[in-house]
Amino acid sequence: MLSDRRPILLANARIVDPSRDLDFPGDLLIADGVIREAKRGIHATGVPEGTEVIDCDGRLVAPGLVDMRAFIGEPGAEYRETLATASQAAAAGGVTTIVCQPDTNPVIDDPAIVDFVLRRASATAIVHVQPMAALTKGLEGTELAEIGLLKAAGAVAFTDGVKSVVNAQVMRRALTYAGDFDALVVHHTEDPNLIGDGVMNEGEFAARLGLFGIPKAAETIVLERDVRLVALSEARYHAASITCAESLAVLRRAKEAGLNVSAAASVNHLTLNEIDIGSYRTFFKVSPPLRSEDDRTALVQALSEGLLDVVMSDHNPQDVEVKRLPFAEAAPGAIGLETMFAAGLRLVHNGELQLTTLLKAMSTRPAELLGLQCGTLKPGSPADVIVADIDAPWVLDPAELKSKCKNTPFDEARLQGRVLRTIVAGRTVFEYASA
Amino acid sequence: MNIAAKSTFVLHRRHLLGIAGLSADEISGLLDLAEEFVELNRQIEKKRASLRGRTLINLFFEASTRTQSSFELAGKRLGADVMNMAVANSSLKKGETLIDTAMTLNAMHPDILVVRHHASGAVELLAQKVDGSVVNAGDGAHEHPTQALLDALTIRRNKGPIERLTVTICGDILHSRVARSNIILLNTMGARVRVVAPSTLLPPGIERFGVEVSRDMREGLKGADIVMMLRLQRERMNGSFVPSTQEYFHYYGLDQKKLGYAKPDALVMHPGPMNRGVEIDSAVADGAQSLIREQVEMGVAVRMAVLEALSRNLPNI
Repeated sequence: MLSDRRPILLANARIVDPSRDLDFPGDLLIADGVIREAKRGIHATGVPEGTEVIDCDGRLVAPGLVDMRAFIGEPGAEYRETLATASQAAAAGGVTTIVCQPDTNPVIDDPAIVDFVLRRASATAIVHVQPMAALTKGLEGTELAEIGLLKAAGAVAFTDGVKSVVNAQVMRRALTYAGDFDALVVHHTEDPNLIGDGVMNEGEFAARLGLFGIPKAAETIVLERDVRLVALSEARYHAASITCAESLAVLRRAKEAGLNVSAAASVNHLTLNEIDIGSYRTFFKVSPPLRSEDDRTALVQALSEGLLDVVMSDHNPQDVEVKRLPFAEAAPGAIGLETMFAAGLRLVHNGELQLTTLLKAMSTRPAELLGLQCGTLKPGSPADVIVADIDAPWVLDPAELKSKCKNTPFDEARLQGRVLRTIVAGRTVFEYASA
Repeated sequence: MNIAAKSTFVLHRRHLLGIAGLSADEISGLLDLAEEFVELNRQIEKKRASLRGRTLINLFFEASTRTQSSFELAGKRLGADVMNMAVANSSLKKGETLIDTAMTLNAMHPDILVVRHHASGAVELLAQKVDGSVVNAGDGAHEHPTQALLDALTIRRNKGPIERLTVTICGDILHSRVARSNIILLNTMGARVRVVAPSTLLPPGIERFGVEVSRDMREGLKGADIVMMLRLQRERMNGSFVPSTQEYFHYYGLDQKKLGYAKPDALVMHPGPMNRGVEIDSAVADGAQSLIREQVEMGVAVRMAVLEALSRNLPNI
């Protein structure tokens, strides 16, 4: 699979570099693991000897995607996903950097575990893996994790995964302390008490299914609280997964007030809504829950305006044992590494979003927030690059997914756009073999 | 000797999972068929042979007295072999999943599975995995279709066509599958439906169900032909839904005084089991306006009608 590190010329491509708002026909030269140059006519003027020349035939060349939220399962739940299988899925989906979450077993709340994940990833994964570490010890929400030491060990941000820090005092101290280390605090904004027995969006549809609802206020209250705590600190704060129009209003006010606040939405919340649950389809049970169509369109609008910073996969593998259950009893989560780009392209094909905007939210912005050098095609940047045919139609066959679990809401969905080649640090790690 | 069935109604569906999706004609067809079974059940010879050779399995994941015994009797009177699965003592307690249980039972070739489960949607999930017909005997807070049908039969026999009536449903709508199935059925049949409950016991979005919503018994019962009371489970006190049974009874418990807000000839219903002194006063429950015992009688007839109408649609080979 891994090719040698011969220079690569991606010729005759549509080059989109969202970090510089560039979209032009040209060639991209990669050598020694970095991007040498991206411009028109490199091919004609000559390339280094031994260069592998790939004719892209007008197809997209863009920075590899940076998925800011993926739950992997290694260590502790390797039956769900390993760093290796996640990286295979990522490569097939054009994701060149996976940001894994700390809710493993053991929890990534100790520098030695950050070290383990990084070593394990470099030994087994074919894309970059950057771990987030716990914000509080054991994700318990009571004592601060060793933010300084964890950051020094390589943690790119701090989060309690799918758990919210309920105690406002703990959250305030976490934000204040993290600010001293310029550490990014990433928070799942959902009040567990307001979630209660809720399993999907609160409203008519939940009432009809006889399922208990999760009010949008469960999210908005925590986000609003956090924003006010950020104002008391020097912290950099990122809302991990927001889902509703009301949260966007909070985000807008925070940004207008000049606070260092950013937010992500999952590709699921941008492309699906609560109606997709249909008759209790547990592959559409995610946390936070899918919201109304009005919320979905508000998220897309916010993404288009640049208010919403990041689109992530929220990749969360769950096996059939915990999905083939009555809806309320099924585990939340959907896989997404392999489909985030194709699913996101739905918005582009529908005319709801510019391609550059989508790519920026999936590469440039997360890289900036996490302090990574990727997410750009600037000369000298790491050669994490994808080639994609954004128009190719296909039907998702779960059997072909590389992830260990097949819990995708895009099961048998019609998608348009597929990654043809994924290059990580100058090496081709995935090539689509058309059947 | 058997009385020949007059109604030839067939439910052209494999399962009865809910009232949602049934047409007014289908509901009327089931009720007409049930009328015949009411007569049959009042005779000494109560048996028919229409389900002879068929196997019916009662699979109750949640305790039930009246629904389970009612289905059992219904199946037996139609000549089916009826088996009750005592799930509390079964392999489900040993970690077997719902689906595995369904597959295991399916291998025994039951023609009809009657299923109750504490989780909304569980019966539908099970129905996807078996070959026979599945009847929902109550799933979570979702639906309890045979209860709504027996309520409709009771109403129709006492008040005539449902379409002209005002029906007020009172109590814990939020957790009630009976309320959901009744609201859908009564709306389908053209009744005017009201719900009365404290706001904490109303599901958000209820106003989009085509009901008038009230938090006050005097307002909600005004002009009602039928008052349906719902059971309030005592665990709701712990969940901060209502402060106490005393306060609940004071504002929402049906006593003679509150019943006086409804039409003078209003009739009272309750799906049971009742919490006397919590949602309903004994004087009302046992009074002249109560239909509660008749509901139980109608339960057997309606379930016979459902089993019969579904079995007529089963392959005969």
